Amino acid sequence: MSNSTLSSVSSEPARGAAAVAARPLLEIDNLSTHYVSARGSRVVRAVDDVSLRIKPGETLGIVGESGSGKSTLALSILRVLPTAAQIVSGQMWFEGEDLVRKSDAEMRHVRGKRIAMILQDPMASLNPLFTIGNQVGEPIRVHEGADRADAWRRARALLKSVHIPSPETRVTQFPHEMSGGMRQRIVGAIGISCEPRLLIADEPTTSLDLTIQAQYLNLLRELQREHGLALIFITHNLGIVAKMCDKLVVMYAGRVVESGPVARIFNAPAHPYTQALLNSIPRMSDNRRRLTAIEGQPPDLSALPRGCAFAARCPAAFDRCHNEAPPEFNLDGGRTARCWLASVAVQSGAA
Amino acid sequence: MSMSSETIVLPPSVSSRPAAIGLGDLPIIPVIILATIAFMAIFADVLAPHNPEVGSLTARFHPPFWQAGGNIDHLLGTDQLGRDVLSRLIFGARVSMVVGFTAVIFAGVVGTVLGILAGYLGGWVDQLIMRITDAWLALPALTFAIFLAAIVGPSMWNIVIILGLVYWTRYARVVRGEVLSLKEREFVRLAIVAGCSKMTIMRRHILPNVVNSAIVLATLMLGVVIVTEASLSFLGVGVPPPQPAWGLMLSDGKQGLMVGYWWLTVLPGCCIMLMVLSANLLGDWLRVKLDPQLRQL
Repeated sequence: MSNSTLSSVSSEPARGAAAVAARPLLEIDNLSTHYVSARGSRVVRAVDDVSLRIKPGETLGIVGESGSGKSTLALSILRVLPTAAQIVSGQMWFEGEDLVRKSDAEMRHVRGKRIAMILQDPMASLNPLFTIGNQVGEPIRVHEGADRADAWRRARALLKSVHIPSPETRVTQFPHEMSGGMRQRIVGAIGISCEPRLLIADEPTTSLDLTIQAQYLNLLRELQREHGLALIFITHNLGIVAKMCDKLVVMYAGRVVESGPVARIFNAPAHPYTQALLNSIPRMSDNRRRLTAIEGQPPDLSALPRGCAFAARCPAAFDRCHNEAPPEFNLDGGRTARCWLASVAVQSGAA
Repeated sequence: MSMSSETIVLPPSVSSRPAAIGLGDLPIIPVIILATIAFMAIFADVLAPHNPEVGSLTARFHPPFWQAGGNIDHLLGTDQLGRDVLSRLIFGARVSMVVGFTAVIFAGVVGTVLGILAGYLGGWVDQLIMRITDAWLALPALTFAIFLAAIVGPSMWNIVIILGLVYWTRYARVVRGEVLSLKEREFVRLAIVAGCSKMTIMRRHILPNVVNSAIVLATLMLGVVIVTEASLSFLGVGVPPPQPAWGLMLSDGKQGLMVGYWWLTVLPGCCIMLMVLSANLLGDWLRVKLDPQLRQL
C-alpha cells in the first residue's frame, strides 16, 4: 500500500477542483451509457458516471480490462452506439458545445471532421473495392465538398505525411496490395484527413506485430505534434500508456476508478486496482516464479454490487467497501480515485 | 472474398495495373453464343427463311433436312401447324432475349434496392420489407404470375413486369443477408465514424459489395425466368401465340416427343440451355472483374 504518499488538497467533489488555465477541449461530466435489453428487464451499466477532460494537444490514455467500458465510452463520444445502447445522463462539452444534445445531422459534421476515430482493427477498416485515394479522400469530399481531383491531390499529400513511399502510385491501388503496416498508416491518414481537433484511437496496435507497433506509435506522436491533435488512446497495454500518454484514466466495471498524470499514477497508484494492474506487468528483471494476476472476475455489469465494484477482488477491502460505493475523491496533483482508502488518506492528511 | 490479414500482398512493380476493367480475358465462347442470339434477335426479319407465324397444314411435322423425309426448304423441320422451326427459333430469340434480360434486371434492381434498405436501416423498414417479402414468397410463383397476367392481360411487356414482380423477392432475401454481415464490417464502421450519411454508406460502401452476389443470382435467375415465361405461354397467359417464344415452342412440342418429333423440343431446349449457360459463364467472369482482389490473380 502506498497510502502514505497521498495527501489532500480538497475534499470537494472532483468537478470543482480541476480549475486549469487552458480550457479543456473535451469535458465529459457524469456520463452514463447503458445497454438496455429488448424488454427493458436487464440494464447493463457499460459506462457509469464517467467524468474526464482533455486539453488541446494532450494525450489521454484509457486503460481497463475487457468489458470495462472503454470502447463504449469512445463510441459514446462520437454518438455511434449500437441501437441497444443509450446515453442516459451526463454532458460532453466539446469546444463549447454539448455533444449529447446535438441532433444526428449535427453529429455527422462532428464525426470525421472535428473528432476522428481509428478503430480496433485497422487492417479491416478499408473497403476492398475502392482505391486508396478514394478512401483517404472520402472524408474530405463528405465534409468539405471537395471535388474528386482536389480530394485525390490531398490524399496524395496525406499519404506522404504518413510516410507511404511513392504516394502517386499508391493512391490508385487497392487495399489488398498494401502490407498491414501500410494499411494501418492509411487508416491513420483517413483519421487526420479533415484536420480534426481530437483523435480517438481504440486499441489501434493490437493487431500489429511489435516492430510495426512502435513505428505506428511514433507516427501518431508525430501527427499529434504537427497538427496539435488531442489524442485519446484506449488500450490495455500499460507499456504503451507509459510511452505515449500525459494523463491516464483507469476504468473498472464502467467507472473511472483512478485518473491523473501518468507519471504520478505509475509511481504511486492510489487505487488497489491500479496497483494490481501495474503489478501484473511481467518484468524480465524479477525472479518471481509466477506472474501476479488479479484474482476473481469483474462483476456482472447488469447486477453491480451495492458497494465498490472492485471490493470482491480487492486485497485491501474493509466493511465499508462492501456496503457503500465510494465517490470520486480528489487527491493532490490533479488526481482522482474512487476508493475509500483514498478518503482515509484525504482525511488524515487534512487532520 | 474475405478481406483478411492474410491476403496476398503484391510488390508495387507487379501491382501497378490500371484500375479499369480490361476486356483481355473475356470468355470467348459465351460471348459468341450471346452475340449470335442477339444478332438473330435484331435481324430476325432478314435472317428467317419463312414467316414464323404462318404454316401450311400440308407440311406438318417435317423432320430436319438430314433425316429421311426432311427437305432443304425447312432446314430444321416444321411443327404441328407446318410452321418453319428455324424461323420460329430466330424470332423466338427476340422474345427470350427481351423477356429474359429485362425481367432479370428489373427484378434485380427492385430486389437489391429493397434488400439494402431493409438490411442496412433495420427496424421497422426491415420489418415492413421482409414481411412483404415473406408473404410474397409464400405465394406459389406461377399461380401468382397467372393471377397478375389475368389482371393486366398477356403481352410481352406485361410478362416482363410480371416476372420482375414475382422474382424480386429472391434478390431482396439474398442481398439483405449479405448487407447484415457487411454492415458489421470494420470499413462500414469507419465510414460511420468518418461522418458519412446513411445514404452515402449504402451507396458507396454497401451497394458495390453486394453487386457481386446480385450478379451471380441474376445469371441463375435468367434460366428460371425463361422457363417461367415458357410455362406462362403454355398456360395461355404468357407471350400470346402465334408470336414465337422458345418456351412456348418447348411446351407446344411436348406431345410430339413421344412419337419421335424430337426437333420440336430439343432444338428450342438447346437454345434456352445455351443462352442460360452463356449468361452464367459471363456472369462469373463479370463477378471476378468487379472484385479488385480477384481481378489481378
